[in-house]
Amino acid sequence: MPKDHGIGASQKRREDVRFLTGAGQYTDDINTYGQTYCVFLRSDVAHGTINSLDTSDAEAMPGVVRIFTGKDFEGIGGLPCGWQVTDKHGEPMKEPAHPVLAQGKVRHVGDPIAAVVAESLEEARNAAEAIVYDIAELPAVVDMKAALEAGAAKVHDDLSDNLCYDWQFGSDQAAIDEAFSSAAHVTTLELVNNRLVANPMEPRVALGEYNRANDESTLYTTSQNPHVIRLLMGAFVLGIPEHKLRVVAPDVGGGFGTKIFHYAEEAFVTFASRQINRPVKWTSTRSEAFMSDAHGRDHVTKIELALDADNNFIGLRTDTLANMGAYLSTFSSSVPTWLHGTLMAGNYKTPAIQVNVKAVFTNTVPVDAYRGAGRPEATFQLERLVDKAARELGVDPIALRRQNFIDSFPYATPVAVEYDTGDYTATMDKLEEMIDREGFAARRKESEAKGKLRGLGINCYIEACGIAPSNLVGQLGARAGLYDAATVRVNATGSISVMVGAHSHGQGHETAFPQVVAEMLGIDESMIDIVHGDSSKIPFGMGTYGSRSLAVCGSAMVRATEKIINKAKKIAGHLLEASDADIELKDGQFTVAGTDKSVAWGDVTLAAYVPHNYPLEDIEPGLEETAFYDPANFTYPSGAYACELELDPETGRVTIERFAAADDFGNVVNPMIVEGQVHGGLAQGIGQALLENCVYDENGQLLSASYMDYAMPRAEDVPFYMVDHSCATPCTHNPLGVKGCGEAGAIGSPPAVVNAVIDALHSGGYTHVEHIDMPVSPHRVWKAMQG
Amino acid sequence: MYSFEIESPTSVADAVAALGKEEAQALGGGQTLIPSLKARLAAPSVLVSLKNIDEIKGVSVDGGTITIGGGTTHATVAAEVGGAYPALADLAVNIGDPAVRNRGTIGGSLANNDPSACYPAAALASGATIVTNTREIAADDYFEGMFTTALEEGEIVTAVRFPVPEAAAYIKFEQPASRFALVGVFVAKYADGVRVAVTGASEDGVFRWSEAETALTSKFSADALDGLSLSGDGMISDLHGSGDYRAHLIAVLTKRAVKAAA
Ligand SMILES: Cc1cc2nc3c(=O)[nH]c(=O)nc-3n(C[C@H](O)[C@H](O)[C@H](O)COP(=O)(O)OP(=O)(O)OC[C@H]3O[C@@H](n4cnc5c(N)ncnc54)[C@H](O)[C@@H]3O)c2cc1C
Repeated sequence: MPKDHGIGASQKRREDVRFLTGAGQYTDDINTYGQTYCVFLRSDVAHGTINSLDTSDAEAMPGVVRIFTGKDFEGIGGLPCGWQVTDKHGEPMKEPAHPVLAQGKVRHVGDPIAAVVAESLEEARNAAEAIVYDIAELPAVVDMKAALEAGAAKVHDDLSDNLCYDWQFGSDQAAIDEAFSSAAHVTTLELVNNRLVANPMEPRVALGEYNRANDESTLYTTSQNPHVIRLLMGAFVLGIPEHKLRVVAPDVGGGFGTKIFHYAEEAFVTFASRQINRPVKWTSTRSEAFMSDAHGRDHVTKIELALDADNNFIGLRTDTLANMGAYLSTFSSSVPTWLHGTLMAGNYKTPAIQVNVKAVFTNTVPVDAYRGAGRPEATFQLERLVDKAARELGVDPIALRRQNFIDSFPYATPVAVEYDTGDYTATMDKLEEMIDREGFAARRKESEAKGKLRGLGINCYIEACGIAPSNLVGQLGARAGLYDAATVRVNATGSISVMVGAHSHGQGHETAFPQVVAEMLGIDESMIDIVHGDSSKIPFGMGTYGSRSLAVCGSAMVRATEKIINKAKKIAGHLLEASDADIELKDGQFTVAGTDKSVAWGDVTLAAYVPHNYPLEDIEPGLEETAFYDPANFTYPSGAYACELELDPETGRVTIERFAAADDFGNVVNPMIVEGQVHGGLAQGIGQALLENCVYDENGQLLSASYMDYAMPRAEDVPFYMVDHSCATPCTHNPLGVKGCGEAGAIGSPPAVVNAVIDALHSGGYTHVEHIDMPVSPHRVWKAMQG
Repeated sequence: MYSFEIESPTSVADAVAALGKEEAQALGGGQTLIPSLKARLAAPSVLVSLKNIDEIKGVSVDGGTITIGGGTTHATVAAEVGGAYPALADLAVNIGDPAVRNRGTIGGSLANNDPSACYPAAALASGATIVTNTREIAADDYFEGMFTTALEEGEIVTAVRFPVPEAAAYIKFEQPASRFALVGVFVAKYADGVRVAVTGASEDGVFRWSEAETALTSKFSADALDGLSLSGDGMISDLHGSGDYRAHLIAVLTKRAVKAAA
């Protein structure tokens, strides 16, 4: 019988009731007394000098409260970058100023020039249109290679060029040279990891409110990490100490990474509300989201694999250009480096690996973490390359992978990380079983009878989640710790509020976290609620991204619950007149071991708050504990994915027929939520592989600026998935043995899709097609087929 | 959106009168117009909603002719013309999503003449007649290029008359993002010949592919099209496909339409 309670139970998500019935409280649902509305005037050119900016007519328009420009922010901090990358010469990365409102220059379409605050949204829009300005357009740099050429226009005049850093990492040069010079075969591939727009269903919203009575500011914002925003905005931008700044991220309708970062609009509404002493609200339109939410991916890579005569991988070398956009968004610098280079070993025991990354400024929207962040880029390169190697060598792509799998753990890679556990053979076995590989030939015949080509693509992935050990990331340049915190507050009647630093914006924490506490205490989940998303209610937290919530914050919650149990046993021991060492907790009952003497959970919690019969001389009344947890290592989920598709050779259109995912997430708290996370990740990965593409023209105009041109995946674009997470090797270093599952689907699926497309084309005789860049649109397939 | 007045007349005559006002514009289902108002791309001072004019709504079949009121929604066309003209119903049911189909109208679509819209292909391939408050316009004279038609300022499409073909099919190859036609081909076979209309492809909007028509008129079979092709010159080239790709698709889809119709 499957469990219906505690760890391992597929409980339905309790939060879905409010989400699906329109009872959610999103930032835009919050309206405050005296609220004003803010509209940003944004640059419509990619690069230019602001010659003049005249707000006087606009200021006289009906309803206008005040108009702000860059002048109002002179002397005020810019938006900080949270990660200092050191380049291969030991120099710090270039870190240009990132003003809240443009200072003299605009650097991408969408860069905010001015902000109108008015009594109504309509009036704010009208006034924004009445602002008179003159921007002298400058040549824009869009293409990364062109941006690095001598004489290219500079995004930042005060920098020597558009190179943010030139980073090198991994094995030493001699080891790499030796691997490639002794190789029996070298496979090379050049590829693009397409730029994406995250497109959460809820656009970004920020509402700043200033309370003159206590000099406190509150920012309501669509954030994945309210404490991080409090830290960055309070300390670096506006100079507001923590105790005077509250950041609330209520229900958030999807983040996918793009709501991690501290944005200009958040700082603006907080600042403006203090200036005008009224609340200021900004709600992004969808069009604004396309040109102001941080984008994702956008890497161009050349990767080479050296193999010996027995097809063992002996060396790997990559050269990547990573687009930073016009400014450094909060964690942008870490994505192509520490979240990407460290994963280049993949599932393989390649002894020598070198990763080279040049990060480049361009006149485009800043690029930062998007579901998977760096790891999808690493996986895509490596797994496309291994597939190509198998084809060149005429060996089975699964066999080539199996032969090179890492098979003993812990395993220290040449790229700085140590995998604690894993069993790549097990997930591959499982995958082969799921996909009926033997039946593929017959299915291909059936497709061919209909004039279609059929392809099967498989790949593995490894990723690093549970971000991250603070001392390690500190050495690597992080300007923050990456622990998390939880407070377990047990009330007098035994009900519990758990204040967690993780933030749930679709992950199902409100359901899964109580399952853990319920399991530990032996009480029902309905007695337990999660509180998150408000810096005034929770002790601290680094938020949710990098599939870290359960592995890091969940571990803090376990530690705090253990403290609760210890104290509760002392109280129970007192009530039962026994030593607390003899007290056992089971099914919510405290029993003296070996006797039938027991007290219930509720008796103990009541005693803690009504301490009439209580060991007051030994312990304090009350039952509330806090724990901070800093992980000892990353966690390393891994798996094997397969995509089977049909390709219409007349039109180039690809239809996914089957998709299978065999994942190792370690222990699983709520299998249904895990499957949902995998489904969502797969949809995003398939979206990247087949549909999504953020495109600028050579002048830096955003061509894919709405859903008319930016193709999101829809239900009909994805198949019914086969997913499995039974091949679990529990994480060895966190108390739950969990690894994280939020990003796996998006990381693991793109190479499977493209591998399958290439397989289909080769089966149809189009053997000249070695690679097609994502999105593999009908047009691109057709073009590739033409040769 | 800028502010505007709205009028909701109940007769064509009142609507025509209302459209005589300065900067007045007709509002059909609003599926094209409302988004452009929201983006502040249009600023009419008066919107004249055609929604309450019963005389321009509904479908009637009379012998070999189907008449569809200009204010008839895509959903109604999808539900009601299937018996008489299945290809047309099939076209309507694949426009947008349910909200678009329940609001958007055939008159609005033909008045707008989006180069990627579906109805223009049906009207042109069927040799339909566009009926307005003042005159009747043959489809061949109606479409004048992207977003341009023979309609005069304030003229209302009150009905569209489709002669029912012996056989017909519409094949739409969707643009991945908008799901409008990247290329759409409507083939209709009549006693006096075959008509082939192509949407989504040309920089001049919907057009007839005359070589294909001649070939299919002599033999209504996909292989009659073997060897026929169009040049990519003058075809739309954008993020989703080059002119050459669109030209290639036209040939592929025309064959498929013939097969589907036969
Ligand atoms: C998400 C989405 C997907 C869509 N997908 C498709 C698709 O796949 N294929 C497709 O063909 N279309 C598609 N459309 C467009 C849709 O069919 C529109 O409904 C149609 O183009 C316009 O019709 P309407 O009645 O909504 O016109 P409105 O938006 O109200 O008006 C459009 C224009 O026509 C004028 N007008 C309206 N009615 C009349 C009339 N009776 N006489 C004269 N002028 C009039 C208006 O003044 C305006 O200039 C899509 C739209 C959306 C929003």
